Amino acid sequence: MTALLLRDLRLAFRSGGGFGLALAFFLIVTILVPFGVGPDTSTLRIIAPGILWVGALLACLLSLDRIFAIDREDGSLDLLATAPIPLEGVVAVKALAHWLTTGLPLTLAAPLFGVLLNLAPPGYVWLTLGLALGTPALSMIGTFGAALTVGLKRGGLLLSLLVLPLYVPTLIFGAEVAQRGTSNLDPTTPLALMAGITAGATALLPFAAAAALRVNLR
Amino acid sequence: MSFWEFANPRRFMGIADRIVPWAFALAALCLVTGLTWGFFFTPDDFRQGSTVKIIYLHVPSAMMAINAWAMMLITSLVWLVRRHHVSALAAKAAAPVGMTFTVIALATGAIWGQPMWGTWWAWDPRLTSFLILFLFYLGYIALWSAIEDPDTAADLTAVLCLVGSVFAVLSRYALLFWNQGLHQGATLSLDKEENISDVFYFPLLVCIAGFVLLFIALVFYRTATEIRLRRLHAISLRERMA
Repeated sequence: MTALLLRDLRLAFRSGGGFGLALAFFLIVTILVPFGVGPDTSTLRIIAPGILWVGALLACLLSLDRIFAIDREDGSLDLLATAPIPLEGVVAVKALAHWLTTGLPLTLAAPLFGVLLNLAPPGYVWLTLGLALGTPALSMIGTFGAALTVGLKRGGLLLSLLVLPLYVPTLIFGAEVAQRGTSNLDPTTPLALMAGITAGATALLPFAAAAALRVNLR
Repeated sequence: MSFWEFANPRRFMGIADRIVPWAFALAALCLVTGLTWGFFFTPDDFRQGSTVKIIYLHVPSAMMAINAWAMMLITSLVWLVRRHHVSALAAKAAAPVGMTFTVIALATGAIWGQPMWGTWWAWDPRLTSFLILFLFYLGYIALWSAIEDPDTAADLTAVLCLVGSVFAVLSRYALLFWNQGLHQGATLSLDKEENISDVFYFPLLVCIAGFVLLFIALVFYRTATEIRLRRLHAISLRERMA
């Protein structure tokens, strides 16, 4: 499993496209928003937590179809399915690799982009903490979506249609954490609920994703 | 006789052929009676005026939108566990019906909301969760139509239905957290002493019965169509082989 994780990470770093792309996309979304709503700093301050969350979510979505599609094209997915580790483990490792190459960089970059949107000072800690706890759920849910659509020729658009409604609870709690953080309210309740979603998704979704993969590999 | 005998497509077709005309006729009877009664023979509400009458479409369709998803969840589970094709096809047949009910509920709600709340749309938990339910239906139907192999499609949509149900419930309660909302609480429940006033209650019950019957009729009808499509497909394959 460690070998698989290292392989996925190396592929993401070296093959180009996958890794930096999500970050660049996130940056572009953050830059485009002020053009859309105007440069007024007080408006930006209000919407900053929400924009950063939505941007992170979309950036995460961008790289989802790569999780299984490339492995399926070159046949390594079949090998992984017959490997001695359970398919559920493969799925979990894939999700972890996706998170390390997408969710983690996004989390680390979010405070920086928060400066661009004039995020209120107390919000930085909570935004980062919220993203750190919430993005694993995004990766896991996305891996499930990728497993569902891996057999399709052009599954990318369908993948986003399937995955985005599943992202709703995470987004609500995540944005709520950041929102309460910026306005000096106690954000621990939504934070705990979001961590609950992450824990639940990590515990249960590998089974659903592995079931979908088995159907697709049949 | 076991309950699972109904999973035999032949038997199912026999029953469907017998049930469908009756269900359609009864649904039409209930809807005509209920809607006429509701629209023309009930008084206007003291505050809402005649806009209250949209309740006869709004409440039953909203109920059936949720119940249709619940039915799809059950039939998906049956398909995953017992591999009865009729079950998977019933879930497929129910999805567009459920989606239509969702749209009716959203549209009638908007039409009522404009004069009453002064807005077509509000980001209220109930409204928003219905919009999300609509997205779930959309994704489910899109996944069915995207996959060519029927058994693969049935399996994957069933898994999506299970996971989607969990997240739909999660969204519902997350939304309560997010915004308190404008929508009034439930006015119909079995365990409450006093529901909505009887003048509106009885025609509403007739309308609900009509919507349930309509749903049953449509699902049986569409499932039978799906089974016939499968048979046609099998016949054309056999002819190509010969």
